[in-house]
Amino acid sequence: MPDTTQKNDEKKKSGKPGKVVRGERYEIRFSGSGGHGVILAAVMMSEAAGRNPKLNVIQTQSYGPEARGGSSKADVVISKETIYYPKAMKLEMLLAFTQEACDKYYTDLKPNGLLVVDSNMVTKLPIKNSFGFSFIRIAREQVGHPMVANVIALGAMAALTGLVSRDDLKEVIKTRAPRGTEEKNLKAVKIGFDLGLKALKEKIG
Amino acid sequence: MAQSKNSVRRLVQGNEASMLGALYAGCNFFAGYPITPSTEIAEGMARMLPKKGGRFIQMEDEIGSMGAIIGASAAGAKTMTATSGPGFSLMQENIGYAYITEVPCVVVNVQRGGPSTGLPTKIGQQDTMQARWGTHGDYTAISVAPASVRECFEQTVKAFNFSERFRTPVTVLSDEVLGHMREVITLPEEGEIEIINREKPDVPAEWYHHFEATPNLVSPMAGFGEGYRFHMTGLVHDPEGFPTADTNEIRKKLSKLRNKIVRFSDELVQLETTMMDDANIAVVAYGTAARAAQQAVLMARDKRIRAGLIRPITIWPFADDQIRALLKGIKTVLVVELNMGQIVHEVDRLAHRHCKVESLNRFDGEVLDPVEIFKRILEVK
Repeated sequence: MPDTTQKNDEKKKSGKPGKVVRGERYEIRFSGSGGHGVILAAVMMSEAAGRNPKLNVIQTQSYGPEARGGSSKADVVISKETIYYPKAMKLEMLLAFTQEACDKYYTDLKPNGLLVVDSNMVTKLPIKNSFGFSFIRIAREQVGHPMVANVIALGAMAALTGLVSRDDLKEVIKTRAPRGTEEKNLKAVKIGFDLGLKALKEKIG
Repeated sequence: MAQSKNSVRRLVQGNEASMLGALYAGCNFFAGYPITPSTEIAEGMARMLPKKGGRFIQMEDEIGSMGAIIGASAAGAKTMTATSGPGFSLMQENIGYAYITEVPCVVVNVQRGGPSTGLPTKIGQQDTMQARWGTHGDYTAISVAPASVRECFEQTVKAFNFSERFRTPVTVLSDEVLGHMREVITLPEEGEIEIINREKPDVPAEWYHHFEATPNLVSPMAGFGEGYRFHMTGLVHDPEGFPTADTNEIRKKLSKLRNKIVRFSDELVQLETTMMDDANIAVVAYGTAARAAQQAVLMARDKRIRAGLIRPITIWPFADDQIRALLKGIKTVLVVELNMGQIVHEVDRLAHRHCKVESLNRFDGEVLDPVEIFKRILEVK
């Protein structure tokens, strides 16, 4: 933590998703229940974002004492400046795998922040600016295993933020995915990325 | 050692960095009992040490772990264990044994909320005083508190250096957020940080005294099996290591434990300051809390409040002289901790009524938010 005169400028309006403006923190949260793989998804996002040498990236997490179940969340903070406070404060984007996580964290979103949910798990949407995808169902039907739902969500989040490229994400998955599941996860991330792009196009178009 | 990887920018976890720092320092023996939130250190050691010809043992509990690293160090190894609050409590008895027998070893305490089993997956800085006074008796402790993933690496290396230099156990006070946090960083290259190893005896075996009085008060240390005979006991002992009831010897031994550190505290103190030059309000914080405090200080500066940050990296011995000097001209000092107030008493002692001492504490398992700290700065300024 070097001495610095960096201004923590909260006043500046953030640009479109995907832009990390100088001096600003770009914050994303992955949330759900223990076992949903939200921490791994956040780790993969951080590693992919960190492949850009201009960006500083910090990932933190919070989970309960249970091995499965209980609430679980992981924050990713990205900035061109040194990141001091490591946890998220004002979210650009929130992924919620459960209604509980959605209800608990949507108030941490910025005024124009985007909520992304698993549409089968989260049925009551507290804000309009949201996207729903059937991550778990798609994982089961198109990849053959619900376990990769987190990576489908990661792909969608990556496309929606525009922060990380498809190629960087693929590289990260090759190294971070549990051994033997690489193919399934690569397939999952492609599905997710395409879903995200399609949703973005529909919204803009 | 993952040297070739060090120059590459990559995502590293705090606990992983502590583990890599230990290997960088030459740690070749780890005994531990896994506990959240420190488990990744043991996992990493179990994976890495055998590849490097070192040894990893999962012990039956933390008392055993501490015993194992003391024994291995007495036999010449560079040793470490990693734990959290409940385990740190169990280790205390043997940590005392390491103090009196002057055995170098490193204990990483990745702090969680307590007391007892407390909050296994939540942050706390509640063991700060335990690191100083955890075991009974009079002794002087050395502890360091990193605040970033890179510092988890660097301060673990430093902990080994201090431990070897002063022949004493050293605690690294990490915390849950830091241990589990991942940052994209580059790690120190080989040769970038100096590595200190314990001084070995150069006298004939028959002249060797394991606890001999020397000018710098640290006795050269032979390992078991290296051809020197010596005795180790938890009883207060003479320079040869045998129990003594001679008041003169007792005084000498206990003074040595204290003075070997106190007299050389300049070698140990590490302190970082931010914007203290013209500050009239100082925030004191360490570990993860310091990162929130740093952000809050910047927020205050944006509002033209002359705030600054004092961040002790070496917690014990406390940076008395340095902090006393920094507090000159300060109106208010705000001590920010993730406990009910531990370091605040040290700061209060140094402020000695020359400036107002305020504190901000959080002990519900969450990190203080920069906004909370900023608001408190506004209140106390």
